[in-house]
Amino acid sequence: MSILIIQILNSLFYASVLFLIAAGLSLIFGVMRIVNMAHGSFYAVGAFVTAWLVGRAIALGVPAGWTFLLIPVGAAVVALLGIVIEPLLRPFYRRAEEYQLLVTFGLLLILEDVMHLLWGGLPLSADPVMDALPIMRIGGLVYPAYNLVVIGVGVVAALLLWAVIYRTKFGVMLRATSQDRRMASALGLNVGLVYVSAFAIGCFMAGLGGAIIVPTQTAVLGMGIDALILAFVVVVIGGLGSLQGALVGALIVSFVRTAGIQFFPEIELAVLYLIAAVVLLVKPTGLFGTA
Amino acid sequence: MAADVSRVSYRPKLLLFAAATLVLVLLALLPLYIGLYQTQLLTYGLIAAIAALGFNLLLGYTGLLSFGHSAFFGIGAYSVAFLLRDAGIRSMELYILIGLPIVALVSALLGYICVRHTRIFFGILTLALSQVVWTLAYKFFWLTGGSDGLRVARPDLLAGMFTFTGGGAFQRFISAYYYYVLAVFAICVAVMWVIVHSPFGKALQAIRDNETRAAFLGLRIRRFRWVAFLISGTMTGLAGILWVPLNGLTTPEVLYWTFSGEIVFMTLLGGFRNFTGPIVGGPLFTYLKTYAVATTEYWQLLLGVVLVLLVMLLPTGIVGALSVATAKLWPKEKSA
Repeated sequence: MSILIIQILNSLFYASVLFLIAAGLSLIFGVMRIVNMAHGSFYAVGAFVTAWLVGRAIALGVPAGWTFLLIPVGAAVVALLGIVIEPLLRPFYRRAEEYQLLVTFGLLLILEDVMHLLWGGLPLSADPVMDALPIMRIGGLVYPAYNLVVIGVGVVAALLLWAVIYRTKFGVMLRATSQDRRMASALGLNVGLVYVSAFAIGCFMAGLGGAIIVPTQTAVLGMGIDALILAFVVVVIGGLGSLQGALVGALIVSFVRTAGIQFFPEIELAVLYLIAAVVLLVKPTGLFGTA
Repeated sequence: MAADVSRVSYRPKLLLFAAATLVLVLLALLPLYIGLYQTQLLTYGLIAAIAALGFNLLLGYTGLLSFGHSAFFGIGAYSVAFLLRDAGIRSMELYILIGLPIVALVSALLGYICVRHTRIFFGILTLALSQVVWTLAYKFFWLTGGSDGLRVARPDLLAGMFTFTGGGAFQRFISAYYYYVLAVFAICVAVMWVIVHSPFGKALQAIRDNETRAAFLGLRIRRFRWVAFLISGTMTGLAGILWVPLNGLTTPEVLYWTFSGEIVFMTLLGGFRNFTGPIVGGPLFTYLKTYAVATTEYWQLLLGVVLVLLVMLLPTGIVGALSVATAKLWPKEKSA
């Protein structure tokens, strides 16, 4: 019984992080109509920045409890990076999709090596953040309380994002731009500003995903490339450009993956990709997609 | 229209044939003047050109961007490794004869699924399915060696006429294998040239340019895309078959999606709107990557910058830019 609870918690933990990455990817696609292949790298940058900041802070003697504040800082750094990069991508929005994929693939290569350049090839760890919280007992088993924080952050992020998109004026602007860029522009919306904000929010979420997962593992080179493919699976299942889709997709992928690791470890990843392929065949727009 | 076609002069075709023969002769003479290492590198380049040539039938002529061609390259490579390990086959011809149907079968299967979509969904679908192949190779380590991969010994060429054991085997193999690959490369170029200039190839281009109009003309669009996918995947798979004896090892890395990205990259580098684009792009990318890796630890950064600049400044690739430049310098009179 307690194993089941732990597996469910693990799935939710994983779903939170996947949702953060996939929702950003989906948001950027929904507003700008580009599939950003570098999105996984933003997640990795978030992990590296946070791990590095935590390492610095601990070296300077900051108590471990305070290092929690560095998680949003790591995500904010990624958002800033997004603000710098978005205007550079603008000339490609009206180009063919092939070029968009290639440019963001080039960006992926660049970002991967910038991380290599800045932080070297060794994994960076941010253990103290996780160790600052106690280990809980569930039944006869132990479970780190930090994982519950991650789940909480995922839930809050989903609620906040939903509120921003569907309950604020900015959300209306965002949705208007997503539906018809030229009409939105004709109505006097500053489309450029909407673009850069949407990109920054997407990057912030990916960065937050990286920042929040790094205490439980380490920041390694290539983590973004792996994450990108899983985020693709999530948005393909849920539907590109749909927030609910990203949420449901993340949950499906996480639960299937947790079950997969338990029962069929060899084909755990293959099953995920196959699910994505089947969804694409049966309902190409995904479960919640409209585009 | 029919009258126009019959009036087209054969001179440009003859000229093209002469130019191709000249390039082939130059390529055949090249190993006499360059060292062994350069010969080996050029062999890698020719193999990359075959892979890109196959890939470009989809991107350039059918208008479908596949992000999963690593699957076919990798399946070609792994087929050879299995044939050697499990069947004890050591003949290169048998590798090709048995490997090609395997790759064709997988291409037909994946193509059947993938051509149901176009544009971005086609790209993601090919990506997802190629990743399935990658995880299988990665996870079933008792079968595939996992991340260690499988070693492949030097095969016999031309039904055992050339074997490579004993002293100096490596040198002899590199020199002989270069000509082997060059011959296959020449055949592939000829086959692809015939395909894209055949009614079938023209139909693909019609579908690429205007799907609706092509459908009204009575073309069975999905069928054409499927066959294009099949040919494309098989040729890229052939490149994988040729690659593995040269490399001596196949790892899941050649199945990973970033390798698909490299195939896209080399095609774009040469130019996907030209027949010769991928042929130039393959070797060029091989040199670019080899020297980038040799000179800097941050070769991905270099490649990434090149890719972004390429899309920004030379979207038609090097061959495309050159042909525009030559057309400006020597404006040729319009025939017919």
